Amino acid sequence: MIDLKQPVKRIPDSPLVPYPSRSLVPERDISSMPVLETQHLGIDFGGLTAVDDFTITVGATEICGLIGPNGAGKTTVFNLLTNVYQPTRGNIMVNGFSTAGKSTHQVSRMGIARTFQNIRLYNNLSVIDNVKVGMHNMMKENLWAAITHGFGYGKAERQANETALEFLDFFGLADLASAPAGSLPYGAQRRLEIVRALASSPRILLLDEPAAGMNPSETQELMENIRRIRDTFHIAVMLIEHDMSLVMGICEGICVLNYGKVIAKGTPDDIKSNPVVIEAYLGKKGGKGDA
Amino acid sequence: MKKNSNTPVSPLLPKRRSISGNLVTILMVVILYAVVCYLLYTGRASRQMSNMLVSISCYIVLAVSLNLVVGLLGELSLGHAGFMSVGLFTGCLVSLATVDILPLPVRMPLSMIVGGLSAAVVGLIVGLPALRLKGDYLAIVTLGCGEIIKTVITNLDVTGGAKGLNTTPIYGNSKTLLPYGIVLVFLVIIVMMNLKNSRHGRAIMAIRDNRIAAESNGVDVTYYKLMVFILAAFFAGMAGTLYGHSLSNNKAATFDYNMSIEILVLVVLGGMGSIRGSIIATIILRALPEVLRVDWVSDYRMLAYSVLLILIMLLNASPKFADLKGRWSIGNLMYVLGNQKKKKEAASRD
Repeated sequence: MIDLKQPVKRIPDSPLVPYPSRSLVPERDISSMPVLETQHLGIDFGGLTAVDDFTITVGATEICGLIGPNGAGKTTVFNLLTNVYQPTRGNIMVNGFSTAGKSTHQVSRMGIARTFQNIRLYNNLSVIDNVKVGMHNMMKENLWAAITHGFGYGKAERQANETALEFLDFFGLADLASAPAGSLPYGAQRRLEIVRALASSPRILLLDEPAAGMNPSETQELMENIRRIRDTFHIAVMLIEHDMSLVMGICEGICVLNYGKVIAKGTPDDIKSNPVVIEAYLGKKGGKGDA
Repeated sequence: MKKNSNTPVSPLLPKRRSISGNLVTILMVVILYAVVCYLLYTGRASRQMSNMLVSISCYIVLAVSLNLVVGLLGELSLGHAGFMSVGLFTGCLVSLATVDILPLPVRMPLSMIVGGLSAAVVGLIVGLPALRLKGDYLAIVTLGCGEIIKTVITNLDVTGGAKGLNTTPIYGNSKTLLPYGIVLVFLVIIVMMNLKNSRHGRAIMAIRDNRIAAESNGVDVTYYKLMVFILAAFFAGMAGTLYGHSLSNNKAATFDYNMSIEILVLVVLGGMGSIRGSIIATIILRALPEVLRVDWVSDYRMLAYSVLLILIMLLNASPKFADLKGRWSIGNLMYVLGNQKKKKEAASRD
């Protein structure tokens, strides 16, 4: 377990360089195994191709963004990565292991944690219990210990309590530990969802629109938090977001989706000036409806 | 991990409260059984009352175990009486076969465990196909399974068919059976309480609150759904065996969906997930029809029962009543008394 009290060493930014599979990763991660690699990932719903030929590589400490207009298939990509949907084509490697044929909870054990676009907390459980559910697979407490409250139950619960409180403290939620999660204000619920995902000590954290419904100062705080998560836990973060100030501010690599296809990949500066991306968002210059 | 003094330990932490809440439940049951035992074994209990004791104990076990499925897992099961009858008939058959060889203190636990295990196996068989379903669909599948169990048992020769199983050789009165009932009630209460405050219980409640999130947190939904089904069926089977011993003839037709719904009413009335609520609801609702046998209401007994049921439901759902309950609860009274004491002390210091 990482000591959350230690001062954090900021991970320096580094330029993107091609990984052997020809996708770009930050230079500092080139020597380590990429945490997530997908090859030609695709899924069809009946006759509709929702995602097609999705190939990315995420470095071990990379913050990367997945953007695109509404209905581009971004959340579908997240659902594919966590095996909520089984992909029709292609494969996913997490830390070098294929997730093919695995169920969602097994993929979670391999090191992927996620949050949801519409908040999915356990509303009737307390805040700390939400975090402890996140720690489900970290705890060594078998059924027999649970029923008898012996055989190492006390030790496991005490440790879980302490760790959960440290996690909550890290995000300024420790004072709300015993409140029911459903009673929290919106911003705190969003943060709690991130804490819960982090509690499973993942290697990569998938955030689905973390800044949705937040005001600019809250978004600023969120940006700091995402960097802090990466620097403290040394994990990769992949986020879907519509707020371009956040995406351009913290992402090292950005992938743009439209109609289920990758239309551009690169650094924030590349993306900002990419004509295909601008067309996807704003429409073609001189096209229909253009004055 | 070193305990860090900087970690702010919230004053709101639920630790003490949840422990004392469980203690209150256990104390309540201990006191109730102490009074009942005193009345029963000194011969002060009326025949009517002593006849009810074992049956009420069985219903408490049924209600608390169904609460595991309905209250914690959040799935509606209407086949609890079916699991109970499986346990009842296997348990009683074992008991009948060993009645001449084994003394009661050995025979009773043995047959209860065999009854529980057989019900657990049926729970597994019902649970497997039912896992893909949830909500109303699962409720209807469990309802169907309960009816299948009833029909199969009615048509078997070993269980006496439609005439019912003659259990006169193993019949025991309240005085002999109540100790087993008490042990069983405490067993189910403690297992349920402990489970609720553990990793596994939290996983079960997480599935109830949000299945998709629970899956992505690494909770194996299939495993926990099956586990809850099996555990609930196990306790229902044990209660069934005990119930069978308190009657001299057991017919499978008694354990139909009416009885399943009756158990569900106890759970809903007592409050989803609340152990204490289930116990109180069971005692009130099982005793009520007997209490209402007094002369002037006896003709309208079942009518009065139904009206009371509706009234209690309405009260339970009313926020004003909840407010009233909170104000007059033991916890609040202690708090108010404590505050007054503090005020007096402060006044005397001035």
